[in-house]
Amino acid sequence: MDAEITLTVDGKTRSVTVDTRTTLLDALRERLDVVSPKKGCDHGQCGSCTVLLDGRRHLTCLALAVAHDGAEVVTADGLAALADDGGDLHPVQEAFLRHDGYQCGYCTPGQVCSAVGVLAEAEQGWPSHATEGLDGEDPVDLTDDEVRERMSGNLCRCGAYAGIVAAVREAAGR
Amino acid sequence: MRELEYVRATDVLGAVRAVAGRPQDAVFLAGGTNLVDHLKLGVASPGLVVDVTGLPLDELEEFDDARGTGLSIGANVRNSDLAAHPLVRRSFPAVARALLAGASGQIRNQATTGGNLLQRTRCVYFQDVSTPCNKREPGTGCSALDGYGRYNAVLGWTNDCVTTHPSDLAVALVALDATVVVVGPGGERRLPLHEMYRLPHGAPGQDTVLEPGALITSVELPREPVAARSTYRKVRDRASYAFALVSVAAALEVDAEKRVHDLRVAWGGVAHRPWRAERLERALVGRPLTEDAIAAALDEELQDARTTDQTAYKIPMLRGATTATLLDLLATGRPEEGTR
Repeated sequence: MDAEITLTVDGKTRSVTVDTRTTLLDALRERLDVVSPKKGCDHGQCGSCTVLLDGRRHLTCLALAVAHDGAEVVTADGLAALADDGGDLHPVQEAFLRHDGYQCGYCTPGQVCSAVGVLAEAEQGWPSHATEGLDGEDPVDLTDDEVRERMSGNLCRCGAYAGIVAAVREAAGR
Repeated sequence: MRELEYVRATDVLGAVRAVAGRPQDAVFLAGGTNLVDHLKLGVASPGLVVDVTGLPLDELEEFDDARGTGLSIGANVRNSDLAAHPLVRRSFPAVARALLAGASGQIRNQATTGGNLLQRTRCVYFQDVSTPCNKREPGTGCSALDGYGRYNAVLGWTNDCVTTHPSDLAVALVALDATVVVVGPGGERRLPLHEMYRLPHGAPGQDTVLEPGALITSVELPREPVAARSTYRKVRDRASYAFALVSVAAALEVDAEKRVHDLRVAWGGVAHRPWRAERLERALVGRPLTEDAIAAALDEELQDARTTDQTAYKIPMLRGATTATLLDLLATGRPEEGTR
């Protein structure tokens, strides 16, 4: 079964007809030539396909494209526009560069999208498994442990975690 | 993968009828974190998916009426929203802790309350269609019985199915006496979440007692003082983003003499369903909560446990996790603190 869907991807509205079995990841990469989200495991275990979907970090490999008709997708390619500071890169991306938060770079688009999501979640006071008490509603202080826990859905087989933690903390202003 | 018809449901009854009308062939789709994976793996091959995410089931509200007082959680409330909600964090900390101990930040943003409760086992053989599995294909045999069995059950299992239920949330909800509201072809009904789940006996393919087309529309948590003194402890192979080897949801109230006034304990990672430790609870109520008393209560609860070489480790792990959780709840004025 085919379905026509419309997505806003990195600020551009795009319509495409997809088979209903198509994942959002395949629709982006194979149909819309948006190749910033990467296909790593394709089973929700590695996080390399992470985008911001309607403002939240979201896996695109475990999502049917047809179920997200009308959604707003921001990939790593479109993050800079979110920052609204006129730069070519989002502050999270700049921090990854400064702290060497990657080696081969394959997981990086997912890492930076996830990190932008983490900053927003911490700002809203969302607790994590690493948060000591549940009572606080203030923005969460992103310690090393907090960053590691919150970023655990993004694997880096090069093992650039030390740089990633430093980058996320710097972007959080800590 | 089979051709797939996709329907976006616009009302609950319409969704229920659509799935009930094609009972072997139609499934509900919510967050998709489990189902979409199953479509790829061939574990599920429906001809029709009915997307319920557009249904108005995303309210989280307190109630005080004929049902008592409590919190109603719409089936479409996302795991991340539920875990972050101030009321859940304050009055049902075990629920927030269980959610935060599960999956990843991305998956919690996608996964729904109803979908979490109905997720399928992560048994490696269930997910590998090249191997026999009674849950996936009844009558073919159980590969986990003599295969890789480290995650297998230690309570209530049969030779037909030795798997465990994967949800953390379900364990916390069972401990806190949650009720599920279900709409089926015959209308709406309520049942204790604990009774929605089943052991594998006779029908290992069935995780729950729900009939085809039955849709969870909400979960109700009774507001009781003990629920605010609850927590969740999960033991896993790595620090984050892994399923439980064993887990403990517990809620404890003691009286002025430090005797157990109210106690709820449920276990994850040990059985085909979240395991409510009722014998243990009964053995401890009215008694001082000492390490010896807990050990004796654990003996009672675990008298029917059956382990293999691969699962024997779970018993001391479960005993240790339960003892530590209860003593933490007893010791800390704010029991939630430091009991992760």
